[in-house]
Amino acid sequence: MTDRAEILSVLKSLTEPEAHRDRGVVTVIGKDKVGIIAGVARVLAEQQVNIADISQQVLQDLFTMNMIVDLSGMTCSFHELSTLLNAEGERLGVKIYIHREEVFDFMHTV
Amino acid sequence: MPLSPKEIVETIRMVEFENLDIRTITLGISLRACTAPSAAQCATKVYDKICRTAERLVPVAQQIQEEYGIPIINKRVSVTPVAFLADSFTEAPDEVGLALDRAAKNIGIDFIGGYSALVAKGATLGDERLITSIPRVLSATDRVCSSVDLASTKAGINMDMVAQMGRIIKETAELTKERDGIGCAKLVVFANMPGDNPFMAGAVHGLEETENVINVGVSGPGVVLEAVRGLGPAPFGKLSEVIKRAAYKITRAGEFIGRRAAEELGVEFGILDLSLAPTPLVGDSVAEILEAMGLSRTGCAGTTAALALLNDAVKKGGAMASAYVGGLSGAFIPVSEDAGMIRAVECGSLTLNKLEAMTAVCSVGLDMIAIPGDTPAEVISGIIADEIAIGVMNNKTTAVRLIPAPGKKSGEWVEFGGLLGKAPVMEINTESPAAFIARGGRIPAPLQGLRN
Repeated sequence: MTDRAEILSVLKSLTEPEAHRDRGVVTVIGKDKVGIIAGVARVLAEQQVNIADISQQVLQDLFTMNMIVDLSGMTCSFHELSTLLNAEGERLGVKIYIHREEVFDFMHTV
Repeated sequence: MPLSPKEIVETIRMVEFENLDIRTITLGISLRACTAPSAAQCATKVYDKICRTAERLVPVAQQIQEEYGIPIINKRVSVTPVAFLADSFTEAPDEVGLALDRAAKNIGIDFIGGYSALVAKGATLGDERLITSIPRVLSATDRVCSSVDLASTKAGINMDMVAQMGRIIKETAELTKERDGIGCAKLVVFANMPGDNPFMAGAVHGLEETENVINVGVSGPGVVLEAVRGLGPAPFGKLSEVIKRAAYKITRAGEFIGRRAAEELGVEFGILDLSLAPTPLVGDSVAEILEAMGLSRTGCAGTTAALALLNDAVKKGGAMASAYVGGLSGAFIPVSEDAGMIRAVECGSLTLNKLEAMTAVCSVGLDMIAIPGDTPAEVISGIIADEIAIGVMNNKTTAVRLIPAPGKKSGEWVEFGGLLGKAPVMEINTESPAAFIARGGRIPAPLQGLRN
């Protein structure tokens, strides 16, 4: 891959905002315990929501996790998914948020 | 992945803990097609047009709020200044005002702005009829907001109207005295009034505007406050920098939500108003930002300079975040709607004189200030004239929203509840400008207006 145009197109695809409306960000914040990821993943799987990327951090006891999810094949409405995740959060004793991805990209990139 | 976990968590922190929200999404609706030979016919047209055009405003805002996670506090409508409609018939336009209120209730919005007249140079018969009806309409409605543009840098100051508005404000307070004069909280007078301001009480759909438009006002004093607190005692260049960064992000959120709302409603996106609009919540106060900068209390020496820096940094940060900046765009300093301002007035640090100085360097003006109920109309006119002069001479918008609290003296409190908050009645200078106000006529436009 020595062609400059080809390199440029790869660089462009890496730096251009890739957020689109069909993707969501799931954020989990709370006290770490067994089964958080499993619980969230189960709710998502049941609604045919694919996990595109996942990152997590544990600081002392505090657990934070961000998931980028693909909502294009979702079998319920956004509102229903949000309600299901809230209920799962209550069961697990953590706070779960889901937002569409665009807003984060818009706020944090120039 | 372009998004870092830090950015995701930062947004969530701003919303959950620092009161980042969209203060208002305001749908501007032109009523220029609603002229009719009688007030009753006009009222019917107005009601129908608003209900039809704004039917989906509230559900769309709720849906966007849920999907993007940023609360949209107020959904509002602004309309063409009703005085323009009042020129087409001969009765008082009260019925149109009542129709605005019914329409607002029907579509589920908290305020509707535009029971207004633009009389910087002079008043038409419709303007006159509208202005004299303001006290009646504000006392008979819950959600209607009224505004009068009294002056501009191009036209000068219409002192006849300044004198009249002193009396209208008194009358409005009197007619709503059982609720501390709440009618006056929905009435504002302007110099250089913008036609795309999304904030109440001064929102109108200006004559230069398109058919329908979405204008957005953000609110983020809490985010700026935390940024300033986190900085500690750094020099001013750094201070300005952190405010700019926070303002950029707040504004960006507003720009995004506004564009989405406009897209969903099939309406043009107009402007984003870069204002720091406080609420009575603790931690959502402009005064607290000034105090975090190093003032022991807002109102002390240094306050005007601190506010000037804040206002400028907010604009610089926000300007890059939005394609179209407009409206008022600056820090608001409403007394009753800002917990830190109330505290500063209460302990005697913040006076009306200092507030007037502060308005020279920020947006709007003397806002939501309660004064003694027995203040004579000409003193109110004098306060208006002073504030309006600051706007006219400095080529900026200024406004006055005073509440002469019926039956109350300085040190007592007025309480409006909700977003309008509560405020201590402030002491005013009781010497009389009566002979000055009584001269009548218009103060000519200043040299600043002759720029061609």
